[in-house]
Amino acid sequence: MSLITPDFGLLFWMTLIFAIVFFILAKFGFPMITGMVKKRSESIEKSLKEAEAARNEVKKLAREQKKLIDQTRKEQARILNEAATAGDKIIADAREQARVQTAAMIEQAREDIRIETGTARRQLADEVTNLSVEVAEKLLRGHLNSTERQSELIDRMIEEARRNHQNVN
Amino acid sequence: MHRINKLFSTIAVFLLMLLPAAASAADGHAASEPGELDMKNYIFGHIGDAYDWHITTINGHHVSIPLPCIVIDGGLHVFSSHKMAEHGYTLNENGKLVNAATGKRPLDISITKNVCSLILSSILLVTLILLTARWYKRHNVMKEAPRGLPGLMEMLITMVTDDIIKEGVGKDWEKYAPYLLTAFFFIFLNNLLGIVPFFPGGANLTGNIAVTLFLAVCTFLAVNLFGNKHYYKDIFWPEVPTWLKVPIPLMPLIEVIGMFTKPFSLMVRLFANILAGHIMLLGVVAVVFLTAKLGPVLNGSMSVIAVLFGVFMDILELLVAFIQAYVFTMLSSVFIGLSRQEPEHETKQIETTK
Repeated sequence: MSLITPDFGLLFWMTLIFAIVFFILAKFGFPMITGMVKKRSESIEKSLKEAEAARNEVKKLAREQKKLIDQTRKEQARILNEAATAGDKIIADAREQARVQTAAMIEQAREDIRIETGTARRQLADEVTNLSVEVAEKLLRGHLNSTERQSELIDRMIEEARRNHQNVN
Repeated sequence: MHRINKLFSTIAVFLLMLLPAAASAADGHAASEPGELDMKNYIFGHIGDAYDWHITTINGHHVSIPLPCIVIDGGLHVFSSHKMAEHGYTLNENGKLVNAATGKRPLDISITKNVCSLILSSILLVTLILLTARWYKRHNVMKEAPRGLPGLMEMLITMVTDDIIKEGVGKDWEKYAPYLLTAFFFIFLNNLLGIVPFFPGGANLTGNIAVTLFLAVCTFLAVNLFGNKHYYKDIFWPEVPTWLKVPIPLMPLIEVIGMFTKPFSLMVRLFANILAGHIMLLGVVAVVFLTAKLGPVLNGSMSVIAVLFGVFMDILELLVAFIQAYVFTMLSSVFIGLSRQEPEHETKQIETTK
């Protein structure tokens, strides 16, 4: 039966052709393709790893950023708080100082007023005295031509001056 | 599912009932009667080899492509197969070329139908793979993946490399990948071309024993030429009780036979599967012609069934085409892998004796 007896002619051609096909494909075909596919899959694997690393890095950075922001916020709150306290203190200090200064100034003014009043009063008294003396002199020049009258007047005037003095005090 | 099964069994029973009836009818009449289907010639004409490529017959006139006959018979003779008689050669009862005068077979390396199909499919295969390789040469693989033909080829190549070769061969698989890939694509492409019923296809190449013999010999060489020390030790001095090895080398003998049965099974598996597929397809198609004289009603209904069954068989053969290529490559990989296995138990033994 020819079906199960290998034919020499076909075997010959098969050997020749398969050898040629194998040679061509093994040299120019398959290694090229498998090599490139391998290269690509390696590159994909590498990219995936890199992406994973980058993702981790980003996560880490985000975490750090968050930490930094939190810290900054806390710091800000602290500084604001401190500033507010300091401001309050400054205002309070200023107020206190102003109060003290004002009080001192008022005291000074009062003192000045008292001194001025005293001086004015003395001057006024002098002035009044001089004026009275002048008036009295003029009056006396007219009336005091007798000795009784002069004595009487002197007594009355002394009395008056005393009373007057008593009134002032 | 049940209904489909039932349908198919009904069809099968019908077919089985009809075939003997038709065959006996054919026997009853004279075989030379015109219009009668000669089953033996019909099937063997399709699955066998031929010196010309028969395409069709129109009104009893054969339309075929003549192929060159190359004969070494006291000198080299090259002639067209249509002019065989003029050169003093004829065909014997097996359809082989013989010297018309002596009746002896000369050294015959004619480009037969199978050789022609082999050349065409090899050109196709080389073109397909080199086109794919060229795509890789012209594109930056880091930036893009192939589409279309290179994409398909890459998928197949990756599948064969990752699922079959790496799994089967193990270490140093790169060294064997070109052969195993060539074998896979060669078998797959020729299986597919074998199913195509008209000119560039239709030859029964992978269902021919010479082709599968050659492929099996290649695997045999790949296994045995590069086998390691451990592999040969396991064959000639296996770890069995000594009386199995000397004085009668019983186990080595079995192992040596095993060396040959492995590729032999590869050869027969591929050959038988593809041959059987072709014969079954031809048988289903033959139903149309065999039922021709049973009346138009029966012939018509059987034709419909035969066409449906033929479609089913064709799809099945597509699957078989792939599976046989896959199995051949996988078993070759496994055999190569076994011949390169490093001994594992020896180190363990040393450890236990310590």
